[in-house]
Formats: sequence, C-alpha cells, structure tokens
Amino acid sequence: MTKHGIRRNHGKCVLSPELSSSNNPLKGPRLTRRLFGRALMAVSALAASRSTLLSSALAAEPIKIGFGMAQSGPLGGNGKAALLAIEMWRDDVNARGGLLGRPVKLIYYDDQSNPTLIPGIYSKLLDIDKVDLLLGGYGTAVQAAAIAIVMQRKQVLIGTGAVAVNEKYNYDKYFQMLPSGPNSRISSSEGFFQAAMTMEPKPKTVAIVGALTEFSRNVILGARENAEKYGLKIVYDSGYPSNQMEFGSIIRSIQAANPEVVFVASYPPDSAGIIRAAYEQKLKTRIFGGGMIGLQYSELKQQLGPMMNDVLYYEFYVPAPTTNFPGIKEFIKAYQERAKKVGADLLGFFLPPFAYAGMEILEKAVTVTKGLDPNAIGRYIHATTFDTVVGKVAFAPNGDWAKPRIFFVQYRGIVGNDVDQFKQVGKQIIVEPQEFASGTLHYPFAASQ
Amino acid sequence: MVTFNLLLNAVVTGILLGGFYAAVTIGITIAFGMLDIVNIAHPVFIIMGSFIAYIVNRKFGVDPILTVVVASPLFFMLGIAIFRFYYAAFESSGKGSLRGLAFFFGILFVIEVTLLLAFGVDYRLVQTSYIGPNVGFGHVDLPLRMVVPFVGSIAMVSGLHIFFSHTFVGRAIMAVAQDEFALSLMAVDTVAIKQLAFGIAIATGAIAGGFLIVIQPVDPSLGREYIGRVFAICVLGGMGSITGTVIAAFILGVVETITSTLFGPSWAPAVSFTALLLTLAVRPSGIMGR
Repeated sequence: MTKHGIRRNHGKCVLSPELSSSNNPLKGPRLTRRLFGRALMAVSALAASRSTLLSSALAAEPIKIGFGMAQSGPLGGNGKAALLAIEMWRDDVNARGGLLGRPVKLIYYDDQSNPTLIPGIYSKLLDIDKVDLLLGGYGTAVQAAAIAIVMQRKQVLIGTGAVAVNEKYNYDKYFQMLPSGPNSRISSSEGFFQAAMTMEPKPKTVAIVGALTEFSRNVILGARENAEKYGLKIVYDSGYPSNQMEFGSIIRSIQAANPEVVFVASYPPDSAGIIRAAYEQKLKTRIFGGGMIGLQYSELKQQLGPMMNDVLYYEFYVPAPTTNFPGIKEFIKAYQERAKKVGADLLGFFLPPFAYAGMEILEKAVTVTKGLDPNAIGRYIHATTFDTVVGKVAFAPNGDWAKPRIFFVQYRGIVGNDVDQFKQVGKQIIVEPQEFASGTLHYPFAASQ
Repeated sequence: MVTFNLLLNAVVTGILLGGFYAAVTIGITIAFGMLDIVNIAHPVFIIMGSFIAYIVNRKFGVDPILTVVVASPLFFMLGIAIFRFYYAAFESSGKGSLRGLAFFFGILFVIEVTLLLAFGVDYRLVQTSYIGPNVGFGHVDLPLRMVVPFVGSIAMVSGLHIFFSHTFVGRAIMAVAQDEFALSLMAVDTVAIKQLAFGIAIATGAIAGGFLIVIQPVDPSLGREYIGRVFAICVLGGMGSITGTVIAAFILGVVETITSTLFGPSWAPAVSFTALLLTLAVRPSGIMGR
C-alpha cells in the first residue's frame, strides 16, 4: 500500500476500498441525483440573475441624442431658445418613461454659430460620445456643414431653421423643421411679395439687400425669382459683409433708387441697424421688411419698440386666433416660465415650438419603428403626417415641409419698449398666407410718414 | 444713380464712422504702437465698456457715454494691474512677444466667456434721446447716433494728444516709445511709465465701448470683428502716432462708405484693405510713422 492508498494487484494499481468511497479526495464527491438537481437549480438561478442584471443595465442605459447648437455668436439667442425647447421635450419624455423604455440623454456642444466647428463636433458625437441619434442644430450654414458628415455616416438628421440645405444632395434621411416647404429658397420671400402685390396701385420696383452669408444668399436668390415672377423691376441689388456696422449709406443708396418695395435678408445686428437707419433716413417706400432674423427675438423687439411698426417680415408662430394648434398654448406658457430662469428668449415664438415639434416627430418615429435604425426612422417620417404643437407636419421628399406655412407679419400699434405687449393677440397681424391671415397689409411704411 | 447729394452724405458719414474707428483704435496705438505690446484683447475691453453702459442704462436710465467716462478710472486701474502681471511674467524676462500674445489671447477668451455666462448671447442695445433723430445741414443728414460718438471720440483723442505732447508724463510715454534705455538713463522709472500708458490704453477702450453700443447692438463675441480693423488702422497711421491713427481711421471710414455707395457694400472691406496695402507699399512706416 502506498501512502496514497493505492495498492498493487497483479501489477495493476487499484484504489483501496477506503479511497474508493465518495470521500476520496482524488475522486471528489459522487454526482448523485440530489446533487445534480441542486447544481441545475444553482445554474438556472445564476443565469436568471445575470439576465435580469443585463436587462436592467440595458434598460437603464440612456438613449443619447447628440447635436451642435449655437449658444454664442450671431445665432446664439435663437440657439439658446431652441435648446431649452429640446430640454423641455427631454424632461417630458423621461417623465413618461423614456424612449423605448430608456431615458433620453442630450449631448450637445456650442457650435458658436460657426460652421467650421461642425465637422469636429459631429465626429466627436459619433466616434467618442457614441450617440444613438443626431439632431441638426440651428442655422443654414451649420446644417450645411453637418449634412455632409451625416450622409457619410448614414444617420438621420432633424434640423431647425435652415434654408435649402438639402437642395443639392436630396439626402433621404434629412428633415427640416422650418415651415418653408419643399422650395425654401422661394417660400422664404413668396409671402412677402404676395402681400406687396395686394397694394393698390400695384408696386413696380423693388430693392433687395442682404448680408453676405449662406442664409441671406439663399433667401435673396429666392427674392430675385419672386420679384421676376411678380413683374417687379429690381432697382437696387447688393450684399454687405457680415461685420457691416454702418447702414446709413446703404439706406441712402436704396432711397436714391426710389423703390416701392424694400426686401432685406439680414442677421440680428444688421436687422436692428437697418431698421434704425431706415427711420433715421426716413426711408420713403411703401413696404419694408423681408427675411430679417433677429426681429423675432424679444430683446430686439423690446429695444426697437415702435420702430417695428409696419415692418413686414417672417415669423413661424405668433399668437393669433388662426394659430391655436393643439398643445401650443401650454407649450408657450411652460417655455416662457422656464426661459426667465435660464436667460433664453422670453417670448419663445420663433424657434422653440418647432424645435419641440421636431423632437415629437423623432419620438414618434422611434417608438413606432421600435428601434434606432436610421433607415426605418427615415422611411417612417417620410410616410407619416404628424400631429405636433405646431399643427400637422408632413415632409416632402427633400425633407422640407410638404406645404409651406411661413407667416408674414406686420406689427401694429407698438408703443414704448414693454416686451409684454408682444404677447398680446392683435399686435402682430398675419397678412400672408391667406388661410391664416388675421388682418390686411398696412402701407406705406411708417418711417416714411 | 450716384448724385452729388449721395456722395456728399457718404463722405460725411465716412468721417463720422472714422471718428468712431479712431476711438476704438487709439488704445492699440498706445499699447502696440508705443509700448510694443500686442494687446489682442483690446476689443474685449471695448465690449466690457459696452456692457457696463448697457447695465447702467437699463437699470438707471443713465447715458451710456457718461457711464463709461465715469467708469474709465476703474478700467485704468485694471490696465495697470494687467500690465504689472504681464511685465513680471513676460517682459522682464525678455519673453514679451510670442508668449505675451498668447497671454492676451487668453485674456480675450476668459473675458468673452465671462460676459457670455453673465449676460447670455442676446444682442443688447441702449435707449437715449439721440438714437433715432437726425440733424440736417443743407444736403447732409447726420444721424445723431453717429454724431454724438464722433464728438466724444474727437474730444477723447484731442485730449490724449494734448496729454502726450504737453505733459511730463505724456512726453515720458512718448520717450519710452522712442528709446526706453535712454529714458532710463534720465532716472525715469520706465516700467511705471509703461504701466500708466497701458492703463490709459485700456481706459480708452472702455470709453469706445460706450460709443459702440450707441451705434449698434452688442453681444459678448462682437469684439473679434474689430481685431483686424484696429490693428490695420494702427499700422496704416504709423506706429505710435495719435495723429496718424486719426487720419488712418478717417481714410478707412470714408473709403468704406464711398465704396458702399458707389459699388455696393460687399466691396468695402476689399477696397479698404487695398488702400492699406498700397499706402504701406509706398510708405512702409505708415502715414505718420517715423
């Protein structure tokens, strides 16, 4: 017998009876039925707990939505307002249990209204932050920069407030929450010219001026086409650099051409400068306005005050008897309460309802397609008419709204610089399109009187 | 069609604009032209002045230009503090140029972001009795919004000219620009003189900010639009020359407005800077440079 309990038997090594029993350390315990059953139960329990943990981990993992949004620069005011609306949507959807049972997390960076920063921002969002969905931010130039990357990566992109970005690409997963319709270049000024042509006698001449930027260039191209369509002779047509600070000489040159209609495509500081210069020079014209960004901001409305009277320019939403879309009043009320705290635009009429509506559309598409597949989401959005806080929204093949709905609005009876007067119904008269009109055009332009 | 009336108004508006450009640039003339400090952050001090004018005008209804004149001593002291740090960190060890430039870039961004966080991104305007009305002289219409800052600019620049040419400290500043070593041999503390000059430069920036917010809306990042312009005017006028700065500012203002009127505003920057290049080609030291 060896010390390990092994004895030799005719040259073979056999275990001693003591070591052949179940307590043989070399053999381990015998696998009895009881033992097998216990082992099976243990494995099942372990598998179930790991599965629960995995599900919990997946359920808790947020759906990340990434984007660049102007928080500074010329478009910062609108960008901040749009961001607040998107955050409101996030809070609302998370309160309802999230998207696909998962909480929504926003990852965004300030693009400073600078399109050169967009490639870096969106590369980071996709490659480092590993976002699940993308948004397009605010502004024509930045979305024009973003669409190239998004096309390459085959993602869906819903943007706000851009003109003719998808004109050259016709990318099938790009959508634009600007109610400008499939031909945004034309529709950005069509209502203005339609309103102008209601004057008696009909105008014959127009002056066109705008900033040398992507947005203004697109709008002015459309304005020229509309001028030709309505038989107006263009007697002044010029652009100015984006850092122009003196507009008196431009207004004087326009006046020298004696146009009956003046169309301006401008960014916020220029919009204020041009309106001030028009009043200082007592610009004599019948209709003045156009695609003037900045006049939608509460700060500029408040500061310009009575100088806003009779300016005909575009808004996307104003409180009027004809714009009572389901949910809009509640949204505006909630937005205005939160805007005070974060220093965003106090009125929230311009971009916020459309930024929020864009998120409603994304939410519906993700929920119905039950996933984050860009192709499925894109197909669903193209095929559906959505009910949103800005009314029914359907998209054309190029991602713009199927039907344009830009309001051309004139301010009336603005007195002093109190911002609350702009919340009142009746101060902002929708003159075009006719189906939403709440009044008729007033002319000639107040500054000339 | 270009008429005499149009052209005359363009020239006059250009002179008004040039007066404002002079106010904006004079601080760079002192800091860069006289002290050889590349204060790339100068425009952001202009914006700081604009925002101080905005707050006081909004809350108390005080005139923005009066506000910045009253606040200018604070900016003077801020300028002294910044120079002391700059001198201790960079100039005293002979590392003024490139590292100093990085320092001022840092100041530019820090102040800009601070203004963004404090005031947000909206454009700000002020309300005064002279924003809106015009004053007419024959064929010429002058918006008071441009006239008042012009008068203020000329007053400030004239005061500085008298200071630099007729006071001991002013002459010491001119001397330190000419030959710092020679001045030090005359038992003058050149560092103290330079810090006074830098303080004056920053104070003029704040006053220019009051003019700016009268003329146009202001946001925290607007300062960057002026960096190229102010250095161009400083170089065109001749480094360190107050008179040259004023002449260069007028030239740039008039060229911009005449080009806007005759050829369209899109050509104005190209024509202005072509004028700068041609002048420097003929006279590399600038109009009044030595």
